[in-house]
Amino acid sequence: MQVNSTHYLFLSLLLFSIGIMGALMRRNAIIIFMCIELMLNAVNLLLVAFSKIYGDSDAQLFVFFIMVVAAAEVAVGLAIIVMMYRKVHSVDINILNRLKH
Amino acid sequence: MAIYDILFWVLSAIAVGCALGVILSRNPVNSVMFLIGTFFAISGHYILMNAQFLAIVNVIVYAGAIMVLFLFVIMLMNLNADVEPQKGQLVQLAGVISGGVFFLVILAAIKSARPEVIDKTSTDIGLITNLGKVLFTKYVLPFEISSVLFLSAMIGAVVIGKKEETHGAQKTEQ
Repeated sequence: MQVNSTHYLFLSLLLFSIGIMGALMRRNAIIIFMCIELMLNAVNLLLVAFSKIYGDSDAQLFVFFIMVVAAAEVAVGLAIIVMMYRKVHSVDINILNRLKH
Repeated sequence: MAIYDILFWVLSAIAVGCALGVILSRNPVNSVMFLIGTFFAISGHYILMNAQFLAIVNVIVYAGAIMVLFLFVIMLMNLNADVEPQKGQLVQLAGVISGGVFFLVILAAIKSARPEVIDKTSTDIGLITNLGKVLFTKYVLPFEISSVLFLSAMIGAVVIGKKEETHGAQKTEQ
């Protein structure tokens, strides 16, 4: 069976759905964060697949920019998680269901 | 079955299996290890699609830098013990159902998509020469803006993450 664009669509969709399920199922803030990274990577995979199909390098540069933004996001997000751990000594998101402490 | 197809299925199985491991394992350190496995499988896909530069950047930036940062945070907080309180069964079931419904809706949408044949011959659009030419001509403004974004993210992380001064400590005492 020849691999074509539909296979890459299905694979990306599967990875993205697993990321959504993880973000909804877990209570640990760090694991939710990792599921967001998984979703970003599913999108990156699809962009590279279509870059290969249409022979265009613009999509690969978009992947590059997504990686840049993800790195910045991880730096700030982990700083927020560390600050939250210092305040409430937990990374459980159910503690954060109201913004005052 | 050509070598491309075999590699595609093997790498896809590794990626999906490790992704399931991320959301199902109880220990956060195991989740990080599974996520690194997923990133390596995705890098394998990039190499398969002649995007060598992105494959290397994916390994260095994601598996090398970002996941090490996650591991540092997990180990500094001593979270590797299995102490995470679980959500109720109902909430977990609702999460799986909503994720599955999302999967089915998009699946129904892309099921009828016209399959595009992938040209399996080697191309050189993913090489650093071509990507650099496009990056520094067509996308030079987003490149510069992303450097400003990095600077602000760095300052933000330092400001958020540093220990609170006496002024802030008084606030938390209240």
